[in-house]
Amino acid sequence: MKPALSVVFFTVASGAGLGLAVWVLAWQLAGRVDGSVRAFWVAVAVAALLLTAGLLSSTGHLANPRNAWRAFSRFRSSWLSREGVLAVAFYPLAAAHLVFSVGGDPRARATAVAAIALALAIVVCTAMIYACLRTVPRWRTWHTVVGYLLFALASGGLLWAAILVSDGRAAPSWTLLLAPVVGAALVKLAWDAKFSDRVHATLNEAIGVPVSAAPGRVQGRVRLLDPGHATRTFLTNEFGFELARERAASLRLAMYALTVGAPVLAAIAAPGAAGRWAAALALLAGVLVERWLFFARAEHVVRLYHGQTRV
Amino acid sequence: MSRLGLVIDVDACVGCHACATACKEWNGASLMAGGAPDYDAHGAEPTGVWFNRVRHYEAGEYPASRTLNVPMSCMHCETADCVTVCPTGASYKRAEDGIVLIDAEKCMGCNYCAWACPYGARELDTDSGTMRKCTLCVDRIHDTALPEPERQPACVLACPAHARHFGDFDDPSSRVSTLVREREGAPLLEKLGYRPTNRYLPPRAAAEVPPPATVPPRGTLQSRLASLVDRLIRL
Repeated sequence: MKPALSVVFFTVASGAGLGLAVWVLAWQLAGRVDGSVRAFWVAVAVAALLLTAGLLSSTGHLANPRNAWRAFSRFRSSWLSREGVLAVAFYPLAAAHLVFSVGGDPRARATAVAAIALALAIVVCTAMIYACLRTVPRWRTWHTVVGYLLFALASGGLLWAAILVSDGRAAPSWTLLLAPVVGAALVKLAWDAKFSDRVHATLNEAIGVPVSAAPGRVQGRVRLLDPGHATRTFLTNEFGFELARERAASLRLAMYALTVGAPVLAAIAAPGAAGRWAAALALLAGVLVERWLFFARAEHVVRLYHGQTRV
Repeated sequence: MSRLGLVIDVDACVGCHACATACKEWNGASLMAGGAPDYDAHGAEPTGVWFNRVRHYEAGEYPASRTLNVPMSCMHCETADCVTVCPTGASYKRAEDGIVLIDAEKCMGCNYCAWACPYGARELDTDSGTMRKCTLCVDRIHDTALPEPERQPACVLACPAHARHFGDFDDPSSRVSTLVREREGAPLLEKLGYRPTNRYLPPRAAAEVPPPATVPPRGTLQSRLASLVDRLIRL
């Protein structure tokens, strides 16, 4: 699939913003921060900025954004619509929670729990936009949903730690921060192992020609002679993205170095505020690489009709 | 209630692209289809929106090989994921005849429906920013102002090899139902579970074409003269 940068940025930024919201709200529920703490408001601002920037970016790949408002209408069937509806519902809930938090209203506990649940639900919806597609076998797996959740929590966690340390407060323990980091890396490794040599559909199946044992029928391996078009088409643009093997390998290495290497190095070096921010930004850069690869390496079955022998 | 669709006879298709160009001609001006624009049509990189594309394949090894021409357009699936995933409600499937259509007035051009389609049936019109697809010529097939034989999709009428057939798959006595029964018509990529309506009649095995026989080489002038002398002596 063509890795559209607006969509790559959308999934990473909104995931990080929602992950950060989950951490702040959990810290508040645990009684570790409240509305009188500066770090709380910095985190709220960063989370709102990331989520909003992500959602705005997601409209960047629309060819007819005038109708974007209609995307809230089909939430009963479309994960894309659900994502939009829940993301927009998050703002009034978060606003109500902030008002309760400032006023010391006891309802703040309920709104915090609800906002955590909603934030996680939005990340699941974002992942399901891709995981529900039967046309992209590499996406249609639990790895997609769990990966999106863990990367959101990992990036939110490191951001929250950096914000707390900058405010002169104790960060979450490294065990807690590294759990989603390592979990996400393990999910990526499992995903790679699962799809390294799996064949979901072949060109023969795509045009209905058996490879052998079909008396009276055309049989044998099928190959493309001519795609019927002289240059690129909408389909080759959208689904024909080719990623060289070596480039994929080096990007994967960079992804693991940034998403796992940087946070682990930070845990060992036990840095101050600047180091914490560096670790958080390195992780975010790594998640951007991960998400770019998520699109670039996904193979749509329509590629079979353009001559790829297996997907 | 009916289930309208196409039967494509891969055995008969000659790969002439008449269906694809007839489709462009009809739908380019069709209000229902919303148009099918071309970009840089006579330039170095011509491209454009096609609702029907014909691709050419080869199966088997020479001399037992065959060229297969496979026209593909919307399969008007019963489990149409393109409709399910559409966030705006622009994509819909008609209950009365099963035709999958796009209401361009509602489309926001997110391409998500095209991602959900395994058959490459949907293409974006970048002029309007809205998605395009085969309408099964919904503005022909129900038009009672047309003589009855012409109430068929443009691609079916245009096909010089009669490789395309249009009809109701819910009617067991229809031409399409009969063809599917007699010729073991099958949907493409059935394993994905979209339950496409269109059926493809599998190509029959062609008689094997033997490679050309090798002609014995003609001898030199000297040897040919010698053999002529030999034959003359034997007379």
